[in-house]
Amino acid sequence: MGKGYNTIAFYPDKCDGCNDCVKTCAYLHTETVEPAHSRMQIVADTIAGSYGIAQCRQCGEPRCVMDCPAKALNKDEDSGVIRWDESRCVNCQLCTLACSYAGITASPITHKVMKCDHCDGDPGCVKACKPGALEYVTAADIYNKWGELEDLFVPGLSACLGCNSELLIRHSLRRIGPNTVVATPPGCIPGVGTVGVNGLTGTKTPVFHPLLTNTASMLAGARRYYNRIGRDVTMLALAGDGGTADVGFQSLSGAAERGEQMIYICVDNEGYMNTGVQRSSTTPFGAWTSTTPVGANLRGKTRDSKYLPVIMLMHNCEYVATASTAFMEDYYAKLDKALQASKKGMAYIHVFSPCPTGWRFPPNQLIEIGRKAVEANLVPLWEYSLEKGELDFTHPIDNPLPVKAFLSLIGKYRHLNENEIDHIQKTSDRRIEILTSFQRQKA
Amino acid sequence: MQDTTRISDTQYLIIGSSHAGIAALEAIRLLDENGSITMVTREDSLPYSPTILPYVISGEMAPEVIHLRDQSYFDQLSINFRSGSAVTCINLDEKWVELESGEKINYEKLLLATGADAAIPAFPGIESVPYQVVRTLEDALKLRDSIQTAKSAIVIGAGLIAMHTAENLAQSGLQATLIVRRQVSLFAYFDGAAARMIEHIFSDHGVTLATGSGVSEISAANGGCQVSLGSGKVISADLLLLAAGVRPRISYLDGSNIEVDRGILVNEKMQTSVQDVWAAGDVAQAPGFFDTGKTINATLPNASVQGRIAGMDMVKDPALKPYLGSSGLNTFNFFGHHGFSLGLATVTESTDDIEVNTVYLPSSQCYQKLVFKNNRLVGVSAINAELDPGILRELIQRQVDLADVKERFTSAPLDTGRLLMTKLWR
Repeated sequence: MGKGYNTIAFYPDKCDGCNDCVKTCAYLHTETVEPAHSRMQIVADTIAGSYGIAQCRQCGEPRCVMDCPAKALNKDEDSGVIRWDESRCVNCQLCTLACSYAGITASPITHKVMKCDHCDGDPGCVKACKPGALEYVTAADIYNKWGELEDLFVPGLSACLGCNSELLIRHSLRRIGPNTVVATPPGCIPGVGTVGVNGLTGTKTPVFHPLLTNTASMLAGARRYYNRIGRDVTMLALAGDGGTADVGFQSLSGAAERGEQMIYICVDNEGYMNTGVQRSSTTPFGAWTSTTPVGANLRGKTRDSKYLPVIMLMHNCEYVATASTAFMEDYYAKLDKALQASKKGMAYIHVFSPCPTGWRFPPNQLIEIGRKAVEANLVPLWEYSLEKGELDFTHPIDNPLPVKAFLSLIGKYRHLNENEIDHIQKTSDRRIEILTSFQRQKA
Repeated sequence: MQDTTRISDTQYLIIGSSHAGIAALEAIRLLDENGSITMVTREDSLPYSPTILPYVISGEMAPEVIHLRDQSYFDQLSINFRSGSAVTCINLDEKWVELESGEKINYEKLLLATGADAAIPAFPGIESVPYQVVRTLEDALKLRDSIQTAKSAIVIGAGLIAMHTAENLAQSGLQATLIVRRQVSLFAYFDGAAARMIEHIFSDHGVTLATGSGVSEISAANGGCQVSLGSGKVISADLLLLAAGVRPRISYLDGSNIEVDRGILVNEKMQTSVQDVWAAGDVAQAPGFFDTGKTINATLPNASVQGRIAGMDMVKDPALKPYLGSSGLNTFNFFGHHGFSLGLATVTESTDDIEVNTVYLPSSQCYQKLVFKNNRLVGVSAINAELDPGILRELIQRQVDLADVKERFTSAPLDTGRLLMTKLWR
């Protein structure tokens, strides 16, 4: 498997052209703030009033390296950074002809080539960027760390195009590991092939298919059995919102209150998608479903959704968190904590799970919709541990997008008028207020 | 068929170990982790780039450190690398090649990346005089040694290798004379004004330029050579260097039915006319970017791109994009100055659909020429101009319509080029 590397990301929308990054780069490399010494440049479009960046991309198959006759450029296998070895360079500048991004340039001052070296893993340009237009993305660590772990899910599955569940199942099982018993009550997750067919399972761990009503109690019993024979086996529920918030809630509530040791992951796609897109108690206000149709008399769901994560928090679970597959780094950190917490009691993770088929959006928009939901504060990412007794926002949003930025991407909200959107905005604001109170209030 | 001492089999056989061969090898290994790959080269050393040789001559690079890859690299990728293994005979029907040693290698897929030899013009008397060329490491080491004792040298040629060699000689303290048949040197890369500026810089550094007259005769004299020009002028020197271009090395293909013109003819996937045989680099005559026919632009960037495409096609890489076509892609550094030339860079006159924009600042020895055709960039030549050659190359190859930004682009090509980059292919 190839290796992932850290990278410097540029967000043009946030750049104000202050050039602090350029000056810092020049200073760190030459102790002058002369922009011409900088290994990166901000490109100003004075007419459009926008900014771009010219900086080495540390390409995977770098043409500069391929076209260097002196082997003075090499891709460092550990960091992924393309290193320039001045002692070997003959200054032929073929690299400047090879690079399409002005990532390696001839200095107008020294007449030698120069390029970004990521400041050895601590890029100064990123630290200098006040508006946050530059980010040092270290998510590659996850890929390197977890990419080596075994994928415990079958290679083939029958999910809809763009389904969030595949991503979720593969990553969750990778992290939680093979020493696990998986329960998947009726819903999309067993439906796509997790439970398996013809006597074969879809996972490389033991997996069973409880009733919609008894997932948590069956796992509780299995765990107690393993405890009795002295084996530490992780119990994992992968259940939909119907099996969690509606039909399965009684057994979940009981197990949570008793402190049964398990990780319960609710894959919330806001409805009964597997059986034909019916409403559930987590379907948001205004959303179209096959049982909350939009027509002359009805305009989607008339009631607000049940916000289950806070209800689970009130059960005194060891650990409660919300998550989104658009923020994988965050999700992995939460799986780590959930795994630890499940040794003591209930760890509950509520994963926001957009559904291209049931929500009506193009499959390639899955991650973008997940991201927008978080950035609009409709899906606040937080965690609560009983031990700490305090709610923490793990990806706080300082300037949330209007909810419309999220709603407008999705077919099931297409009919909404301004009043209805305003209602959703107010519900969302109220939810943040409530969560903030848990943040302050010590248990 | 003659007796063979040894027969071996390989899935992929690559003849030649410079940029095209290596790029192909890496493209193959990317998709085929286990297929057997054999790379043979007539050179007695690990792979190196001919582009590095002037720096070996000047002593800037020690021959021990010029290698593009070392043996551990080949071991790691399980490549059977065979140096000192010139191919003497090839049978494309039966799919085998024979090495100098008599060994036979059966292949499934073959890449010919044998490069080019120095062209030796048929000057009267040339056979009676010792001369040198700069093509292989052996050539470079020989020249590096001879300039220790020689006092003067003649270089015949008008291209980048001739100029670079003349610079090396002058910087080593030799009296160097450059003989150029045309009125002006570097005509393939720069227009007259730019070339004259470069020639001035060469003169200032002690290189004598004899332009405008071809060689009429060469003879031996005083342990060195004597060159008579068409103009009647006679020049003598201790060393004679021939740098009059290169010719694809294809003699080993004599008797085979593979289609050749000046080089081995290939299509946009570097396939030759023979099934399971590819060619890339200086030996290949490939579709041109501007030319309607097939052409040879023997430069490193063309070689590595062609090699990569050949390798990708050999493993049926679905990511393969057909070759855009070769064009002039040259950088040229001389006496601390920097130039480059891309595409149709020598056009001097604007016509109906051609627009030439030239900035010439003699005082700062700066020259910049942009050539447009139907509002699309088709050529750039520059000396000491602050530009991004790679972005300009991309603008040419993408045939970006610059109609809306041309004024901005010609007045500030560096900034506007970067701006276009951030919008078009970031």
